[in-house]
Amino acid sequence: MSDDQDQVDVPHRHWLDEPNNVKKIVRALFVVCGLLFIADAFYEKHSHFGVENVFGFYAIYGFVMCVALVLAAKLMRVFLMRDEDYYDRDQ
Amino acid sequence: MIEISSINPGLVLILGAVLVPFLPHLVRRVYILALPAAGFALVYQLQPGTLVTLEVLGMTLEPLQVDRLSLVWGYIFNIAAFLSFLFAWHERDTMQQVSGLIYAGAAIAAVFSGDLVTLFIYWELTGVSSVFLIWASRNEAALRCGMRYLLIQVLSGVILLAGAIGWYQQTGSIDFSHIGIDTLAGKLIFLAFGIKCAFPLLHNWLQDAYPQATVTGTVVLSAFTTKLAVYALARGFAGTEILIYIGATMTAFPIFYAVIENDLRRVLAYSLNNQLGFMVVGVGIGTEMALNGTAAHAFSHILYKALLFMSMGAVLYRVGTCKGSELGGLYKSMPWTTGFCIVGAASISAFPLFSGFISKSMILTAVAEDHRWFIWATLLFASAGVFHHSGIKIPYFAFFAHDSGYRVKEAPWNMLLAMGITAFLCIFIGTYPTILYDILPYAVDYKPYTPYHVIQQLQLLMFSALAFTVLMLTRIYPPELRSTNLDTDWFYRVLGPTVVGRIVQALAAIGTAAEDALTKGVVGTIATIKRHHGPEGLMAKTLHLSSMVFWVVALLAFVLILDFVRGV
Repeated sequence: MSDDQDQVDVPHRHWLDEPNNVKKIVRALFVVCGLLFIADAFYEKHSHFGVENVFGFYAIYGFVMCVALVLAAKLMRVFLMRDEDYYDRDQ
Repeated sequence: MIEISSINPGLVLILGAVLVPFLPHLVRRVYILALPAAGFALVYQLQPGTLVTLEVLGMTLEPLQVDRLSLVWGYIFNIAAFLSFLFAWHERDTMQQVSGLIYAGAAIAAVFSGDLVTLFIYWELTGVSSVFLIWASRNEAALRCGMRYLLIQVLSGVILLAGAIGWYQQTGSIDFSHIGIDTLAGKLIFLAFGIKCAFPLLHNWLQDAYPQATVTGTVVLSAFTTKLAVYALARGFAGTEILIYIGATMTAFPIFYAVIENDLRRVLAYSLNNQLGFMVVGVGIGTEMALNGTAAHAFSHILYKALLFMSMGAVLYRVGTCKGSELGGLYKSMPWTTGFCIVGAASISAFPLFSGFISKSMILTAVAEDHRWFIWATLLFASAGVFHHSGIKIPYFAFFAHDSGYRVKEAPWNMLLAMGITAFLCIFIGTYPTILYDILPYAVDYKPYTPYHVIQQLQLLMFSALAFTVLMLTRIYPPELRSTNLDTDWFYRVLGPTVVGRIVQALAAIGTAAEDALTKGVVGTIATIKRHHGPEGLMAKTLHLSSMVFWVVALLAFVLILDFVRGV
């Protein structure tokens, strides 16, 4: 975890403090996802439902549903979000 | 006469707690850890089929009933108690130590209760003892929150008692076995269990109370109440169809709240609710595979949920806050806590090689084998969602994200040790599932590690991570904001009191008069009762004691609700 950077004035610069390293992690995630998606071609599925046989079903489902989850939750804030001291004020 | 194998193991902790205030600090610490260890040893030597009966007032009480279902809970409750108390080793608050022990003991004792009356006693004891873990925060908010919590817990118990009495009237038995929801009594018992299990719309006491408890109190709380309710459902209502839909709703709706919630311990409370949903679905399906799945998931869930609450507790202990908007970058100063939190996060997300993977998948498979595609799709969505908010959000906003500038000490050694052991168990169960499968209620014919299963799970999880990353990079992901999100508690914290307050004001003028009338009424009633029920009264000999108790309990419940609406 130690650094090989030249900013000596910062006492303890961590590996993750370097934006390039964060980019590396993101790229690695893209690669892993790509490989997992392709992996669907190389094994036999033991599915219970027809939809499971769609190529990369779990990948697509996971991605789409998570985006939908976040967007829906964001929308919920419009209706449900109040100040932090909402319940304290009138007590 | 009393043999060691006829003692309810929960009593070790309950009775043992009595001595705690009299012990010097150092002895006390060891003693508190020794109690659940002894409790575990007691559970370990119990044989399925053991039944201890006791005749009281013409009823057959069963203070100890052992089968393979109760044993699973007996093991894990003692383990959870030990780990939580180790986490709280530094704690000097006698109130928390005593109440924690009684609470854990009551939950264990409830699991081994063979009849509804014994169950009721321990059921109420869990509520009454655990509230002190909330009050121990010793502030105004915790005091009020504890009151709300206590009222709901006691209400659950009162409804359970009413149901038990009705059940006794109908069947002539108080035996706690399959009950079903066909009768009114069955429905009442179902409702009582449902309140403690945090069914949708009855759930909010959990998210309200758990984040208000102390650093160590939340860890203790997270293990027992709700899992006791899951156990009770599994014993009394296995195969009840409606549980499938209740459970599926429970898996799905809390995750929306979890995404926008800022208090990370409350995020964990929402995800606890979501995890309970999986277990409830398993109970609803009711097949051997599904009930095995529920038991296994309860076991692994208690461990990883405790681990996550421990890691957030350690953060709260060191930093003084647990809010996502205030935290970030803590991996630099709390690397061990970060690591343990990630293990917990991977376990709850059901990553292969971690405990959630080998237990949750049993429930999903049971659902699929029952050909319920909609429920299956909902659980799959919830699985992706739980990774999103517990797996990524918790570690990301606490330990990574933008550096909050906090430079604190690593968690104390006892917290690290407790987290370390728990993390080890999460991985051990995940990599060596046989150890858990061997203690399940039914024989297990299930292999979690097939190529298909591993790859599908990794696809689901990694693409959820991808969604998180893309949403963060595009700045669509909602930032952590200091806020309160309205949930069902709004109805009884704002709407109820407002409405009731108006009515009370309007009626205030009549209040005194009503009181006078009531006094006269009571005097009159007593005279009437004396006339009818006195030594010469006609009704003196014919009323059943049980039906009278039923109405007293019903009245008590009514007064409780009134008081609740008024009091919060």
